[in-house]
Amino acid sequence: MNAKVIVMPKAAVLDPQGNAVRDAMRHLGMPEVRSVRIGKYMEIEIEGKDGELESRLHQLCRDLLSNPVIEDYELLEDESGYNQTKTQRKSL
Amino acid sequence: MNFAVIQFPGSNCDQDCVAAINGLDGLKAQYVWHKETSLNAFDAIVLPGGFAYGDYLRCGAIARFSPIMNAVISDARAGKLVLGTCNGFQVLCEAGLLPGALVRNRSLRFVCDMVTTRVEVDDSPFTHGCPKGTLLRLPVAHGEGCFFSDPKTLRDLNANEQLVLRYADDQGCIVPEANPNGSIENIAGICNRERNVFGLMPHPDRASDAELGSADGAKIFISMMETIRATRSSNAAERINQVA
Repeated sequence: MNAKVIVMPKAAVLDPQGNAVRDAMRHLGMPEVRSVRIGKYMEIEIEGKDGELESRLHQLCRDLLSNPVIEDYELLEDESGYNQTKTQRKSL
Repeated sequence: MNFAVIQFPGSNCDQDCVAAINGLDGLKAQYVWHKETSLNAFDAIVLPGGFAYGDYLRCGAIARFSPIMNAVISDARAGKLVLGTCNGFQVLCEAGLLPGALVRNRSLRFVCDMVTTRVEVDDSPFTHGCPKGTLLRLPVAHGEGCFFSDPKTLRDLNANEQLVLRYADDQGCIVPEANPNGSIENIAGICNRERNVFGLMPHPDRASDAELGSADGAKIFISMMETIRATRSSNAAERINQVA
C-alpha cells in the first residue's frame, strides 16, 4: 500500500515560517491572504496491506513522524492512485 | 569521576564537551558512540550539541531512537545525572525524558550570541552553588531553540520548580528583549520532576574557561560532580548505618 502522511503544527504552536510566507504573499500582490501554515508531506511505499500494518503505521506516525507535543498528523492511504483516498484524521 | 559524552552522527559539540569536562579537576570525559548499548561505566551522561542525523524530520527525532538511547533512558530512570545541551536538549525532549518541545526560533534567525541566563531555583543537581538569582553568561547557537509546552505542562513546570534557567538581561530582569528565540516565559533550561535530567539551549561546554569569555558553564559540570559525590557519601553513610 502507499501511504501519505501530512504533519502540521498544532494551532497553538507559533509557525514563524508560515507567517513569513504569508507576509511575502501579501507583498507579492495578494493582501487577501489571511494565514499560512507550513507542515510536512511524506510519501511512503509499504509492502502488503492489512489492518495490523495500518496500526503499526499509526504508531510510527505518533512516535517518529510527528511529535504529538507540537504536531498533528493525518494518514492518507491509497492503493491505486489519488482517486481512492481514505482519510483518517487523528487529532492528538 | 567519569562522564560519557554521546556522539551521534552529526554531533559537533562533542569535542567541546570533552575538552570542557577534562579541563576540570576530578572529572574525566569519554566519547561514547551512539551504537553502544551500555553506560554502566559512567557516573553521568552528556548529550552534546550539533545536528544529530542532520536534524532531519525534527531536531533529535531520529537520534532519540539510536541504540545508546535505551541506556540513556534506563539510566536516567534509575537516577543517573543526564545533561543535554542544545541539540542534546532537543534529543531529551524528543525522547520524553523532558517535557515540551523546541521549535523554530520566533525570529526565524539562527542565533549565535552570548546571553545571560538567571538561575531560577535555589538548589538543583546542576546548579548547586548557584543560588536563585545567580546570573550565568553562556553562549547560544541554534535555529530551533524556542521552548514550547502546553499550558498545563507549563503550570506543572512552574509548580514543581523545574524551570532552572531563564534568559535575562544584564540586571537579571526577565524581559522579552533578553529572549533570543521566543521561548515561552524566557525558558532557557528545564529539568525533569526527579531533577536528574537537565536540558538547556545555551552551551556550558563553550563557556568553561575565562579565555572563552565566560567560565560560568564550568559551574554546571562542577555542580554535577558535587552532586554525585554527595549522593555517594550519603549512600555510604546509609550502608554503614545498616551494618551497625
